[in-house]
Amino acid sequence: MALTLEQIRRIADLSRLELPEAEAEATRVKLNGIFSLIEQMQAVDTRGVEPMSHPQDVSQRLREDRVSEADRRDDYQRIAPQIEAGLYLVPKVLE
Amino acid sequence: MINASLTELRAALDARKISSVELAQLFLQRIERLNPTINAFITVDPAVALASAREADARIARGETGPLTGIPLAHKDLFCTEGMLTSCGSKMLANFISPYDAHVVSQLKAAGAVLLGKTNMDEFAMGSSNENSHFGPVANPWDLKRVPGGSSGGSAAAVAARMVPIATGTDTGGSVRQPAALTGITGIKPTYGVVSRYGMVAYASSLDQGGALAASASDCAMVLSAMAGFDPRDSTSLERPTEDYSRAIEAPAPVDKPLTGLRIGLPAEFFGPGMADDVRASIEAALDTYRALGARTVEVSLPNAQLAIPAYYVIAPAEASSNLSRFDGVRYGHRAAEYGDLDDMYRKSRAEGFGAEVKRRILVGTYVLSHGYYDAYYLQAQKLRRLIADDFQRAFTACDVIAGPTSPTTAWAIGEKSDDPVQMYLSDIYTIAVNLAGLPGLSHPCGFGKGNLPVGLQLIGDYFAEARLLNTAHRFQQVTDWHARRPAIAA
Repeated sequence: MALTLEQIRRIADLSRLELPEAEAEATRVKLNGIFSLIEQMQAVDTRGVEPMSHPQDVSQRLREDRVSEADRRDDYQRIAPQIEAGLYLVPKVLE
Repeated sequence: MINASLTELRAALDARKISSVELAQLFLQRIERLNPTINAFITVDPAVALASAREADARIARGETGPLTGIPLAHKDLFCTEGMLTSCGSKMLANFISPYDAHVVSQLKAAGAVLLGKTNMDEFAMGSSNENSHFGPVANPWDLKRVPGGSSGGSAAAVAARMVPIATGTDTGGSVRQPAALTGITGIKPTYGVVSRYGMVAYASSLDQGGALAASASDCAMVLSAMAGFDPRDSTSLERPTEDYSRAIEAPAPVDKPLTGLRIGLPAEFFGPGMADDVRASIEAALDTYRALGARTVEVSLPNAQLAIPAYYVIAPAEASSNLSRFDGVRYGHRAAEYGDLDDMYRKSRAEGFGAEVKRRILVGTYVLSHGYYDAYYLQAQKLRRLIADDFQRAFTACDVIAGPTSPTTAWAIGEKSDDPVQMYLSDIYTIAVNLAGLPGLSHPCGFGKGNLPVGLQLIGDYFAEARLLNTAHRFQQVTDWHARRPAIAA
């Protein structure tokens, strides 16, 4: 498997990472190097093997549906790039 | 005092031979002197450190003393510290003053440890050399032209140069054990789920685990005892009784041969041609020491071990691409100065905020999780993960711990592998399988290779065998002095 420049642009787009045209080819070469390492996986027959997501196979705990956190909006918004009246500001989405 | 063990520091503090404030000042002076050369710290806050040292002294005066009260400490810069920069070694978080403490941070604060500062690291813990940091590379105290390993390279270098006696780290594919090996110190990564991940900035959530770095197994035991324990705020934290690892490592044993009865498994796959000759010589000599201590070595096999790196480079980037999607320039972190619409703001902020290796892993992760590829990559990797974990379980029917090298080579030169991601990835060949299986692993110094560079031996235990790993390493350190050697710069 080798990724094409078009695929590189597509995954950069999905990743919301601006990829300057000048860097696309170098990125493609590096990613293909990584994928040649990853492709070693495909040689293994894993039919019937149960996928493992957590070593202890624990299930998610449930908790009571009650408020556990204090309101610290001001603390959290102090580190935001742009806020106004308790809201996070971003460029206009709807005209 | 600079080279004292935690037990010795504890005794000196309790006997009022030194105050916590004096001890903090001593290590702060060393940081001031050595950090311009080693670059192990991103943030040092003497005012906060001295205030907390004064508080520790008051506690000691009141007799409210725990094992770590008044002991200086550093946190890897991905543990959130309220009111202090938590950068993750990234431009993305170069302005992030955390509004809350990580669980590990509050635990160590409650234990009375004195935080001196935050240590340098590979950006978002992605790297094996600490060269991927927005704040510059870290120098290995044993040879300043060489890397300290990564991603907890700042923590390891800081402990090795005695800028701080103990430090926290995190280990997703070897990031505590490998830098510990390359800088000649001891590091432990516990069983997945033993240390809470709350407030530990996520890289690959199913693999990330906090750990401790210190001069010896005995010191690591004291730190881990304070870090470990159930935390309901981490959904993968395990509900188990807490352990006193310090007591466990001193378990009674025959004086001459304290490791009598211990079966050490040696996997053929860890002793292949990939290991450098100087590393092999030190490992073999250390195994002789273990046998002299009464342990018996047995051959075991981990036939799927060679699949660990390919499986890891699917699972970790996949989880990273998902975790790092939260950095969008809206609520915290870097936002580009110039942008058009919202989408453009995301793209530019992320492109400017992340470094090259982080971007590569996001791209790989996005690809393997994209439509139509999930089964071929992520699911296949999770099945390999099962095969790798099953190999370990089979091995543990024949042995109590597994031993081998931590890293195939000693520390390499800064710049040597930084342009070749695949070569860099292969340097974690002996550590990654442990994370995939979720097992505990420890690295302890066991000799020196060419150029007087430290070699680390890795011990791997079954689930929850942290006490056994620490005890085993401690018995080794009682009859050897590799862990007591210091680089010339630390003199």
